[in-house]
Amino acid sequence: MMSAEMKREISEANRRRYEQLRAAGQEATPKGLPDATALGTKPIAPQAVISREQIPADWYATMRLRRGELLRIIDDLGTSSVSMIGWREEDTSERINCADTVKAQWSAAISKGRVILSDMGRVFVSLVEDTSGAHDLMVGGSTPASTLAAFGAASRNTHENFLAAAAKVGLGLRDIPPCVTFFAPVSVDANGAFLWNAGRKRPGDFVDLRAEMNVVVVLSNCAHPLNPFRAPVHGPVTLLRHRAPPAGSDDPCRTISPEIVRAFEFTDWLFA
Amino acid sequence: MTSLATASSEDESSAVYRHDIPAERPWSRVLRRGQTLRIVDSEGQQAVDALLYCADNPAERYSAQDTLRVQGSAYIDLGTRLVSNNGRVMARITADSCGRHDTSAGCCSCESNAVRFGESTKYQHACRENFIVELSKHGLTKRDIVANLNFFMNVPIDPSGNFAVVDGISAPGNYVDITADMDVLFVISNCPQVNNPCNGFNPTPIRVAIWDPPAL
Repeated sequence: MMSAEMKREISEANRRRYEQLRAAGQEATPKGLPDATALGTKPIAPQAVISREQIPADWYATMRLRRGELLRIIDDLGTSSVSMIGWREEDTSERINCADTVKAQWSAAISKGRVILSDMGRVFVSLVEDTSGAHDLMVGGSTPASTLAAFGAASRNTHENFLAAAAKVGLGLRDIPPCVTFFAPVSVDANGAFLWNAGRKRPGDFVDLRAEMNVVVVLSNCAHPLNPFRAPVHGPVTLLRHRAPPAGSDDPCRTISPEIVRAFEFTDWLFA
Repeated sequence: MTSLATASSEDESSAVYRHDIPAERPWSRVLRRGQTLRIVDSEGQQAVDALLYCADNPAERYSAQDTLRVQGSAYIDLGTRLVSNNGRVMARITADSCGRHDTSAGCCSCESNAVRFGESTKYQHACRENFIVELSKHGLTKRDIVANLNFFMNVPIDPSGNFAVVDGISAPGNYVDITADMDVLFVISNCPQVNNPCNGFNPTPIRVAIWDPPAL
């Protein structure tokens, strides 16, 4: 048995390490984040495009991305939000994990230079371009109940879109993890209430996600349940699956913090 | 803190079930509709990770995002309805002498500890190990571990999104009561984390007690 004094020393050392990590994660790391991508920049060369698809309002698409491929998601009219879940292709028990994503980055806000983690301590996708920086990891997508309450009638919703998409790859309700919703400017006020920051949505906002493993992602184009301006009919979103040169050792997403450096190391081992 | 206990005076000797959960260990039991589970933070500052499954169909389970959306706010509190992934109320918080609980920070795992705190922490016991073992008794697997509740865990989220586990505010003997709206499989991991303040850097035992609904 460990003596009480030894236990206390270990506890105190662990507390010191935690406070150092927290200071780095909430003070130094955010200063190193790249600026948001400017709207209308970063065109994709036609020969780099692998496939193109437009998701109509209220529908979904399933995309398979090989490690290193990118997916651009464009909010064409600035009225959409896109909820995403995803699994590792070779072992679908590995899936996106919002809680680990938030904890490892010390922030519930993700933007260019951040990553989305899987539940296995690995990087699922990186946000290599992002004009918006206003995405939601806490509230999730629309459901039968939320659309009924909003529109007074049953309508298509993210929960049922995810169910349908999961079924078509042999998965089911058990496999639907909490989702990330892009172009959903949700924040938390001092009392814990969720706020919708409408001014942070613009036509043409886009994100480029780089797959860091072989992934299957589902994207649902339904109005976010907190969006007070949601209409039963909103805009389409465009998906561009494309190629880019491999990430260099100075890639901002790969180098942003010691935590994420480790997550990439664990990811790279899968492919070593 | 705004929420203090309401139905606080239940005498534990009237409980139909009582159990001490040792530090770092899991526990599970089916709560019948109307039963109330009390979780007592016996020594204070101890995070209790919890998952709920519909006993008749475990594919329906607690959903953190649905719970927060319905509630419109980020913390679990007195009166919070715990909502399933099918939008049904599974249970509700009917008493709370602590006032702060989380459902956004998930559970610790060997894999996420290695990312967050360094590879030296990879071979430390973690909630996900507990959940995997406990869920296996009910035919469930890692696939079934979703974003959980963290009773007595203090995770303030500021308007910029800054997010950190900070010192718990639960005192020895603080408790939370959860009353079931349906038959639920309730699964607990008494959190073994020693790398952040959720357990005061020193995991300790907790106690659970279950009451039948009051006779009509």
